[in-house]
Amino acid sequence: MNSTSLPVTASPISTAPASHPIRAGIYRWFSRLDWFLLPFAGGAAVLALWYLSSATWAKDLPNPTQTWIASKPYIVEPFAKRGELDQGILRFTWLSLILVAKGYAIALVIGTPLGFLLGISPLFTRALDPIIQVLRPVSPLAWLPLGMILFGGWKGANVSELAALFTISLCAMWPTVLNTAVGVRAIPQDYMNVARVLKLSRWKTLTKVMIPATLPYMFTGFRLSLGIAWLVIVAAEMLTGRPGIGGFLWQQYNALIYEQIILCILTIGLVGFILDRLMSVVERRFRSV
Amino acid sequence: MPLLELKQVSKRFGDASVLNEVNLSVEEGEFVAIIGYSGSGKTTLVSILAGLLAPDSGTALFDGRAIEGPGPERGLVFQNYSLLPWLTVVENVALAVDQLHPDWSDSQRSAHTDRYVSMVNLAAARDKRPAELSGGMRQRVSVARALAMSPRVLLLDEPLSALDALTRATLQDEIARLRREQNQTIVLITNDPDEALLLADRVIPLTRGPGATLGPGVPIPLPHPRDRRSLTHDPMFQRLRREVIASLLSVAARTTTSLSKDLILPNLEPEDLERPRSWSTRSGPVRLQERRTVTVPAPTDD
Ligand SMILES: Nc1ncnc2c1ncn2[C@@H]1O[C@H](COP(=O)(O)OP(=O)(O)OP(=O)(O)O)[C@@H](O)[C@H]1O
Ligand SMILES: [Mg+2]
Repeated sequence: MNSTSLPVTASPISTAPASHPIRAGIYRWFSRLDWFLLPFAGGAAVLALWYLSSATWAKDLPNPTQTWIASKPYIVEPFAKRGELDQGILRFTWLSLILVAKGYAIALVIGTPLGFLLGISPLFTRALDPIIQVLRPVSPLAWLPLGMILFGGWKGANVSELAALFTISLCAMWPTVLNTAVGVRAIPQDYMNVARVLKLSRWKTLTKVMIPATLPYMFTGFRLSLGIAWLVIVAAEMLTGRPGIGGFLWQQYNALIYEQIILCILTIGLVGFILDRLMSVVERRFRSV
Repeated sequence: MPLLELKQVSKRFGDASVLNEVNLSVEEGEFVAIIGYSGSGKTTLVSILAGLLAPDSGTALFDGRAIEGPGPERGLVFQNYSLLPWLTVVENVALAVDQLHPDWSDSQRSAHTDRYVSMVNLAAARDKRPAELSGGMRQRVSVARALAMSPRVLLLDEPLSALDALTRATLQDEIARLRREQNQTIVLITNDPDEALLLADRVIPLTRGPGATLGPGVPIPLPHPRDRRSLTHDPMFQRLRREVIASLLSVAARTTTSLSKDLILPNLEPEDLERPRSWSTRSGPVRLQERRTVTVPAPTDD
């Protein structure tokens, strides 16, 4: 007779307050999953669109399943090397990152002092600003042939690497140059007055006052520059045929193997995103000081 | 010979005449308070004394020699503290010491720095950054930084104006102690007649700009140390107070309708380029170049 007593205990009076916290709990659980569910829904929508497109109007586009099957060897063995242009996806990424790191380093080493000079000297600004404004919008695709010509005569040099570095550093330099210049111009006069009243030497004024005051601007420039350097790498590798994530993409396209193109795009995007996150962590650290 | 002297000094910014034929002489060991309205040119005057600005005409002398730039013998406490926000309290003070005494040993320099940090009662906060300090504490760091240069004259540009009344009174006592114990020559810029009367040996009103000039000074022969509470009942104090205020009002008689108001905030931080600014408010602090002048009707004294 125990079973008959159940409906009694589950009377509306006793359940109503009990069900309320449960519903609230489910609601809370869902809202906590918002950050996960919503991007998930977005991704699913894109996947559906992709399936639909490859089935209807873009017959050449491999659908997600085909892409996954063809990409799997590159993902499960990310560091494999089967040939110059047939390597694991992370190995390609690594090759590209090395090239980007070199070009980026050149951009910062040249760009930061150049930005400082532009910020300090009105004469310098007047002389260089027009040139910078004209060179800044030039696409990496246009710089690369020039790089090839410039370094083409160098005996024993890796011309394609030099041309790629030339392109990356030239394109990535401008945000660093311009942000540093703005940062230097924005140093409050008060700080410079402090340096004057304390009779700081030129070197100390630079290291103790001007550089710390400019750092937040500089790091904003550094972050934007890194984004551009990564953007340029793909173009540079495509044109020079260097092994790397961009070179791989281009080679597969030319070989009419379309399955790995999406893999490359996703990898490029993900790496760019991670680089940006890392830089903004560094940037925030300097801003809070 | 006066330690600090201005002779017929004039200064203009563009078309606006700020100071016009200012004469001033400060003796060694003297405490002079210069009192004036906001925007009358007090900071301009003190910048000329410090050597940050050169006068357009007239001469500025220190110890009989023309002032050609800032120097450690003239310690300046800025109106907005101007501490470097990326340095801690000790580092801010040490910056002055290290530059001035490169021949000292490290331990000598840090002992000297510590002495001045403790002098303004900030030993406990020595490793904090300016952003972690209250306004009064920042001001004391600024004073310690100036004093650590062992200046022959201390130039204080409205050091206490931005503080609340209680902190203000405490710091006034500290300035008075400094003057008593070290016989420090001080030029204090202020906008508060009572502060001037409490601290100074001589109070000089600055007429309201444009073309401000120094009025006749009022000597304050009250004995030191002065006690704030008993002073208010002292008939001599009351007479001097009336005299100072009367001279301020008389120099203000040639009033103009413009009165500038500075909107500079202390301890500027670099602006955040990423944070968007809204229509009406701004995310970053107002900069020196952006100081605005608001025009308000001048008070009439009838
Ligand atoms: N660098 C400058 N360029 C142009 N005008 C200036 C400059 N500095 C000051 N002025 C002008 O000179 C006048 C006096 O300024 P100053 O800062 O000396 O006033 P102040 O007496 O110190 O005012 P406050 O009490 O508000 O600090 C103001 O009208 C101001 O606008
Ligand atoms: Mg001022």
